[in-house]
Amino acid sequence: MLQPYKKVLFLGCQSCVAVCMAGGEKEVGFLASAVRLARMKSGVPLEIAEGAAKRQCDDEFNERFAPIIQQQEAVLSLACGVGVNRLSEKFDLPILPALNTRFFGEVERQGVWKEVCAGCGNCILHLTGGICPIARCAKNLLNGPCGGVRADGTCEAKKDWPCAWVQIVERLEKLGQLERLESIMPPKDWSTDRHGGPRRRIREDMLLEG
Amino acid sequence: MVTAIAVESNLKRVLEAKKFAVTAECGPPKGADRKVIEEKAKLLKDWVDAVNVTDNQTAVTRMSSLAACGVLAGLGLEPVFQLTCRDRNRIALQSDILGAYALGIRNVLCLSGDHHSAGNHPQAKGVFDLDSMHLLTAARGMRDEGLFLSGDKLDGERPAVFIGAVENPFAPPYQFRPLRLKKKIEAGAEFIQTQIVYNVDRFREFMARAGDLGLLDRVFILAGVSPIKTPGAARYMRDNVPGLDVPHEIVERMEAVGKGIEDKKARTDAWRQEGITICVELIQQLREIKGLAGVHIMAIEWEEAVPQIVQLAGLRRPD
Repeated sequence: MLQPYKKVLFLGCQSCVAVCMAGGEKEVGFLASAVRLARMKSGVPLEIAEGAAKRQCDDEFNERFAPIIQQQEAVLSLACGVGVNRLSEKFDLPILPALNTRFFGEVERQGVWKEVCAGCGNCILHLTGGICPIARCAKNLLNGPCGGVRADGTCEAKKDWPCAWVQIVERLEKLGQLERLESIMPPKDWSTDRHGGPRRRIREDMLLEG
Repeated sequence: MVTAIAVESNLKRVLEAKKFAVTAECGPPKGADRKVIEEKAKLLKDWVDAVNVTDNQTAVTRMSSLAACGVLAGLGLEPVFQLTCRDRNRIALQSDILGAYALGIRNVLCLSGDHHSAGNHPQAKGVFDLDSMHLLTAARGMRDEGLFLSGDKLDGERPAVFIGAVENPFAPPYQFRPLRLKKKIEAGAEFIQTQIVYNVDRFREFMARAGDLGLLDRVFILAGVSPIKTPGAARYMRDNVPGLDVPHEIVERMEAVGKGIEDKKARTDAWRQEGITICVELIQQLREIKGLAGVHIMAIEWEEAVPQIVQLAGLRRPD
């Protein structure tokens, strides 16, 4: 990915990716040193500039890097995919992704992140005891556990992953709301998810007119 | 407006006549040869009331269930078209039900489907637009109301199919399984194929609970059974197949029978015979359970075993 270039800015993001230790200022430093060394050894040195925007998803914080970006052949973004897209819409040079953005998750414990919300745009958490079967069930079932639940209550598709529906049943039992599961939850309207095409949210009240 | 339309299903007729039904499974080939289906049809034809064709079972790509059902129907067998939500969205699922009816298929079994991560294309994108409950709703809506899920109207003939579902009494949360069965009935299930039964006690409890909920008068339950070929297969099912409950005693019986037999072929034969014997014993225990409507024999890639099981278990031959 970096091979054709001789002058690249490694640009981190100080928000989510910094918290999960994937693309903050510190990671920019580590990655830049490692790449610099590797390129030096291979006899094709790379001139690396380093920086980290407060939030790469917002132009306001990227603007101050404009002068330095203009001097580069490419930018390696250590932000999530959103940052890479944002920079690509603003600057006329290749913006390369340093990360494989996996998901937007919660901190289960130190060093462990877990996807619990899929951002489907049609929330049902009030019906499922606050546990999301869209994000947490491998088949995103809406009407109870499939027949593949393992004897220890884990998922057919992923060993060590608790079955979301076992969790939902237990949780609703605890809350005295198990009867919620008696009625059939209708087919989901996926048009608010990515299946409805690319998504955009407009808040009229926040628009700056003129 | 709901109008009942006649469903010309042989399986339905047998079940409604309160005859103990016998169905078998037919797995399509991993190739395009229709002769494989024709051979399996020959083995099963005189022994069972209907033949259930699996839909890319365990997420391994095979000849389509719809096509294989079409071949069977053409040969005069009674196919049960297994249809999973894993690989099709609501457009394709409803379309395939219409197509199945046009091909002479009169039974549809609605499933969510095995997850593709354990199949031969783990990189695939799973669909899971609907779940099995929704698929049942769709099948019933098309048949009884002439409406697609969206509310759009069907033109002309409706797919008059007998609608089935599956249930697994052997997967947690156990207490929820009979309630899930109830939901499936409410969604449209008229017959149920269960996961393979090896643990009869657990199955008996499930049936008793279903009886308490008044479900046994509302649905026909076919207990899944499957002859085991080797002790290795028994151990594999016990230890590695999610959703199966194989008691140790069954594994031990399979292991014991081959001990001391040096000749490889003789040992294989002994294992297979014991597998069939266990299957027959299970069927006999299951027949004692009140409210059970029949058995579904899953002799996976071993359809030859079906006639022997039917005979030894003293099951009725198709009319």
